[in-house]
Amino acid sequence: MLPGAMLDSTAEERDVATRVTRRPTHEALGLMADDLLSMYRAMVTARLVDEASFRLNRQGKAAFVVPVSGHEGCQVGTAWALERGRDVWLPYYRDVAVVLVAGMTPYDIFLGLFAKADDPSSGGRQMPSHWGSRRLGIISHSSPIASQMPHASGIAYAAKYRGEDSVVGCWFGEGATSEGIWHEALNFAGIHKVPAIFVCENNHYAISVAQGKQMAVENVADRAPGYGMPGVVVDGNDVLGCYAAMKEAVERARAGEGPTLIEAKTYRFFPHTSDDDDRSYRSREEVEEAKHNDPIHKFEHYLRDAGVMGKGEVEHIAAEIKADVDRQIDEAWNAPDPDPDSLLRHLYAEDETS
Amino acid sequence: MTEKNVVTAIHDTLHEQMAADERLLVLGEDVGARGGVFRVTQGFLEEFGEQRVIDTPLAEGAIVGLAVGMALHGLLPVAEIEFADFIHPAFDQMVSEVARMRYRTNGDFGLPMVIRAPWGGGVHGALYHSQSIEAFYGHVPGLKVVVPSTPYDAAGMLRSAIADPDPVLFLEHKRTYRLISGEVPDEAFTVPIGPADVKREGSDLTAIAYGLMLHHCLEAAQRLEQEHGVSVEVVDVRTINPLDKETILASVRKTGKAIVVYEDNRTYGAGAEIVATIAEEAMFDLDGPLVRIGGPDVPAMGFASNLEHAFMPDADLVLDRMLELARF
Repeated sequence: MLPGAMLDSTAEERDVATRVTRRPTHEALGLMADDLLSMYRAMVTARLVDEASFRLNRQGKAAFVVPVSGHEGCQVGTAWALERGRDVWLPYYRDVAVVLVAGMTPYDIFLGLFAKADDPSSGGRQMPSHWGSRRLGIISHSSPIASQMPHASGIAYAAKYRGEDSVVGCWFGEGATSEGIWHEALNFAGIHKVPAIFVCENNHYAISVAQGKQMAVENVADRAPGYGMPGVVVDGNDVLGCYAAMKEAVERARAGEGPTLIEAKTYRFFPHTSDDDDRSYRSREEVEEAKHNDPIHKFEHYLRDAGVMGKGEVEHIAAEIKADVDRQIDEAWNAPDPDPDSLLRHLYAEDETS
Repeated sequence: MTEKNVVTAIHDTLHEQMAADERLLVLGEDVGARGGVFRVTQGFLEEFGEQRVIDTPLAEGAIVGLAVGMALHGLLPVAEIEFADFIHPAFDQMVSEVARMRYRTNGDFGLPMVIRAPWGGGVHGALYHSQSIEAFYGHVPGLKVVVPSTPYDAAGMLRSAIADPDPVLFLEHKRTYRLISGEVPDEAFTVPIGPADVKREGSDLTAIAYGLMLHHCLEAAQRLEQEHGVSVEVVDVRTINPLDKETILASVRKTGKAIVVYEDNRTYGAGAEIVATIAEEAMFDLDGPLVRIGGPDVPAMGFASNLEHAFMPDADLVLDRMLELARF
C-alpha cells in the first residue's frame, strides 16, 4: 500500500489496476523540503530546456526537437525514486526530465540537440533525445518504438542473476504498448520476477493516433495481471503521486518481489516533435484545457500550501534556471562538431578486435 | 584429438565455455529440459541450472532483445534461435539494436553476445526449416556473421565468438551437424573470426563456398582430380561479414578462374557480393568467366524429396560446372 494513498474500491469491475486517488504528502513519502525544491527545479529545467529548444528550432539552429512539456511531473516523480550510480535507466525520446534526474545536464542535452562531438549519447550520430550514457547508467535507445523494452527485462534479469540490489526503470508512451515486443518483454519480466519498473507516460496520443484507436481498454495498467505483476494508475500531473507509486514499486523490486507496471496519465502540450502539427488531430480547446492540469503549476500550489516555497520564489527560480540554461546553450553551441573522418569509427570495438 | 561431428563440437565447446565462466548463459526455445531441438545444450540444465539455461517464452524478438540487455549488464549471453527461419521476428532487434549499439553510442556501449542459429537445407525442412539467412545479416554493418562448416572451425570459431567484444551471428548448417566429422583438438584452440581458409589447394580453378556447399565443392574437387586430372582450390569463406577479400582474391589470382557456390536464393545472395568483389578487383587476372551457382529464386525448397533436391545444388552439378570452367 502506498504511504498516504488509498485504493479506490469503487473501481469498475473491468478495471483491474490499482488506482491511486488520495494525494500523498511529502512527509509521508520521506521527502524533505530540499528534495521537493530539487524536484521542482528539475521540472522547471525540463520545461525551460523545451522552450529554448523550440526557439532554437525556429531560429534554424536546431534541426529537430522532441518536446517534454506536460510530462515533467510523471518523469521527475518516477525517476526520483531511482538512485544514481546504483540503478539503470531506460528512457524514451520524450524523457528530458528523466535524464536530468539521472544526471545529464542541460549542456549535455544541448550538445545532443546541436549534434556536437561531445554529445554524451552518440557524439552527434543519433537524432536529439535519443539518450544514452554508460557512465550514468542511461541505456542507449533507438527510434523504433518499444525496442528498449526487452533490454530492460534483460538488464533486470542480469542484475538479479548477479545478486545486485539495483533496479531498472523503463519509460515509454502508451503507443509503445501496441508493439509485440512490449508484450514479450513484460511477459518475460513477470515470469522471472525481475527487478524492473515499467512506466507508461500515457498522453493519449501516439503522434496523432488517439488512445481509442490504440487499445480497447481504458488503462494500460489493466494489462498488468496478464503478466503476473501489479498495475498502478496514477495522475501523471501529480509529481508526488508518481513518486509514491514508483517508490513502492522500487521497494518491491529491491525486495525481490518482481516488476510493476505504472501508468501515469498525462498530456503533451506541444506537438509530437518540431516537425509535427498537432492542429490536425487535437483541438486547441482540448490542449488549453489540459494546461489547467500543468504538473508544474500543480506542484507550485503544493509547495506554497506546504510552506516550502514563498510567493515570489517561482519567478526567481525560473529566472535563475533560465540564465543557467542559456549559458549552457551558448557553451554547447560553441562546442566542436564531430570530425567527418570519424564516420567509419566504432563499428566494432577498437584496440581489441578479434 | 577427438573425432567428432559438428553438433558435438559445438555442444562440447559451449559446455566448456559455460563451465569456465559464470557470466555465460544460454537462452532460447527448448534449450533447457529438451537440451535444444538439435541437442546442442543437452545436459546443460542439469549441470548449470535454470538461471543459466533459460527456456524462454516463444518470442524470438525477446530472445535477442533480452540478450542485448544481459550483454549490457555484465553477462555473456549465447542466444539460440531454434531454426534460422524463425529469426525474422527478431530482425528489428538484430538490425536496429544488436548491430548498432556500439556505433550509435560512438563506442560507449558494446554488446558481447552470440546469436546461434541452425540454417540451411537438406533435412526435409521445407519452406520454414531450411532457409539461408546469411545475406540478410551480412548486409548489416556492425554484425559479424560466421558460417563455420567443419567440427574444427565450429569449435574454434565459437570460442572466438564468445570472446569477441561485439555481437556475432553464429550460423550452423543443419545438414553438416551429423554428416560432417573430423579431428578436433582437445585443448582450447581458437579460429579467428574474419579469415577465410583454403581447405584444399589447387591450381586450375578456385571454388569458393561455405556451409553444406563447401563439402559439395570438396567432393567435386576430389572427383575432378581423380577422374579428370583437374586441380581445384577450395576456399572456405567461414566469415560472411567481414568478408576476407584478400584470401579469396589471392586464390583467384593464382588459378585465374573462380566458381562461387551457395545454397541461398541466387539473387542478392552472399555469392553475389563475392563475385562482384572478384569482378571489381581481379578482373584482369581471370582466364575464364565468373561462375555462380545458387539456389533458384523461389522462396525455399519444397518438402517433397525431389523438390528439395531440385532446389539445392549438389556435388554432381558443382562438378559439371567446375569441369566446364576448367575446360574454358
